Amino acid sequence: MTSLPQNAGPVKLGLVIDLDICVGCHACAVNCKEWNASGHSAPLTDSDPYGADPAGVWFNRIHSFEVVQDDGDSRTVHFPKSCLHCEEAPCVTVCPTGASYKRAEDGIVLVNAEACIGCKLCSWACPYGAREYDADAGVMKKCTLCVDKIYNENLEPRSRVPACVSTCPAGARHFGDLGDPQSEVSQLVAARGGYELMPEQGCKPVNRYLPPRPKQKPERAGEAAAPAAAAINHGDSAGLLARWVDRMLSR
Amino acid sequence: MHPAKSVILFTTASGAGYGLIAWLGVLAALGLLPADRGFGLAAFGLGLGLVVFGLLSSTLHLGHPERAWRALTQWRSSWLSREGVAAVATFLPVGVFALYWVVAQSNSGPAAAVGLLASLCCLVTVVCTAMIYASLKTVRAWSNPWTLPGYLVLSALSGALLVNLLLQLWALPLAGAFAWAVLALTVLAIGVKLAYWQAIDQDRGISSAESATGLGSIGDAPGKVRLLEAPHSEANYLMQEMGFRIARKHAAKLRRIALLAGFLAPFVLVALGLAVPGAAGIWAALAAVVLAGVGLAVERWLFFAEAKHVVTLYYGESRA
Repeated sequence: MTSLPQNAGPVKLGLVIDLDICVGCHACAVNCKEWNASGHSAPLTDSDPYGADPAGVWFNRIHSFEVVQDDGDSRTVHFPKSCLHCEEAPCVTVCPTGASYKRAEDGIVLVNAEACIGCKLCSWACPYGAREYDADAGVMKKCTLCVDKIYNENLEPRSRVPACVSTCPAGARHFGDLGDPQSEVSQLVAARGGYELMPEQGCKPVNRYLPPRPKQKPERAGEAAAPAAAAINHGDSAGLLARWVDRMLSR
Repeated sequence: MHPAKSVILFTTASGAGYGLIAWLGVLAALGLLPADRGFGLAAFGLGLGLVVFGLLSSTLHLGHPERAWRALTQWRSSWLSREGVAAVATFLPVGVFALYWVVAQSNSGPAAAVGLLASLCCLVTVVCTAMIYASLKTVRAWSNPWTLPGYLVLSALSGALLVNLLLQLWALPLAGAFAWAVLALTVLAIGVKLAYWQAIDQDRGISSAESATGLGSIGDAPGKVRLLEAPHSEANYLMQEMGFRIARKHAAKLRRIALLAGFLAPFVLVALGLAVPGAAGIWAALAAVVLAGVGLAVERWLFFAEAKHVVTLYYGESRA
């Protein structure tokens, strides 16, 4: 059934991605590929992987954008993007076969590879580029929010998060229930002004992005730098010998 | 959007076939066509041949054509599924109508009623085809009010050019009056297509690189967002399927070709058929069909190739 669930539960599992912290290392994309190459939608086909024109299916891709502000300031923002598990998922409703569906119990959007005819219409309907066609298997593939990991009782509880979240070395990715205003992720979104991508497309994505923090103003930066400079001058934290040498040579 | 040959063939061929059959139903109900077996065989053979050829070619772009039957199940939400259901359902009244005409040599009374039902089903199927595209919010060049009229008028026009050819071949008395209808329809089609092109040229889109990333302002400082590094060194599925760019480079030239071959040349040739009936009229009608076919293929190619998908905002475009 490709109609959206009529009586969807309150749970909306999703990701919160902190653009202030992401360093653009692509580890999340690599671990996503690693886990999912043998998971629910396996394999994530690669063609010509070591050749001149490698191509393949990825559920998560990291773009890097340059933001040039009107005040002359500019910065680079690394921007991971995967399925946003939209509440009004257009990829689900356009599916002619019922292969594409949104789960009522947790809001995860999945593809049933047994029923997919590979018409690609869902990838046309998605504004975010979350779906990628696997030409080898002839079916559409997409982020499963590691549905085969987050409920896996063979794993330790702390490992029951999507692969991209458990691997992020910078702690820029968070996973949780965005339908519960008291959850850690919802609190984080509220505290940091988390936002949705392209709200004008009307898909009501569940995933949220935390904006980069504004740069510190020069005067504030000066204050912050002062104590560090003082520490160097006084040499309080240096070793005994170094302080003695310092004192001798300062005479 | 990548213009897949199978989808271009499907929409143009089945559009012409449905247009032709719809005209047969309407004209028969008005009592304007003889229930001639030869004419019926030719007309339904051509119409159903185009429809079946189009539907078969549409399955060619599927990853799993053997599962195509599954596409008939989700008509509640999916226009593609509705299109499949309508296409299959249309075969029933069209088949009965064709049997009435060819076997019983009747196209009035109950046959005409079935014929009108067949025309309605053809119309519904073409509406569903158009709505597959018109319902996609992600492609502004499709989700605009001119997409549906465009598909309908071009289906009606291509079908009418085929009817015109058959009328000339059988030298039927309706030929003269129908040619005038075709000329009027051509003018209407040109108007719709020009309005469509004007609409997509003026549209600036509702999304931008700024809204796609949410980085249009950091803190209180507004700014411009541009792609610094794509996620991968080589093109991926998304860029190949949605990031097609060749057409935009040649759009003006291709639009002139589509206008000339698809509309202006057939207009002149149909008018010529009016002026000089007989063998010359038949050749003119045939040439009009062939040229319109070429023009429509170019028009349909442009319909895909000119359309910009919002996902390109993540790959270097600034508005979509």
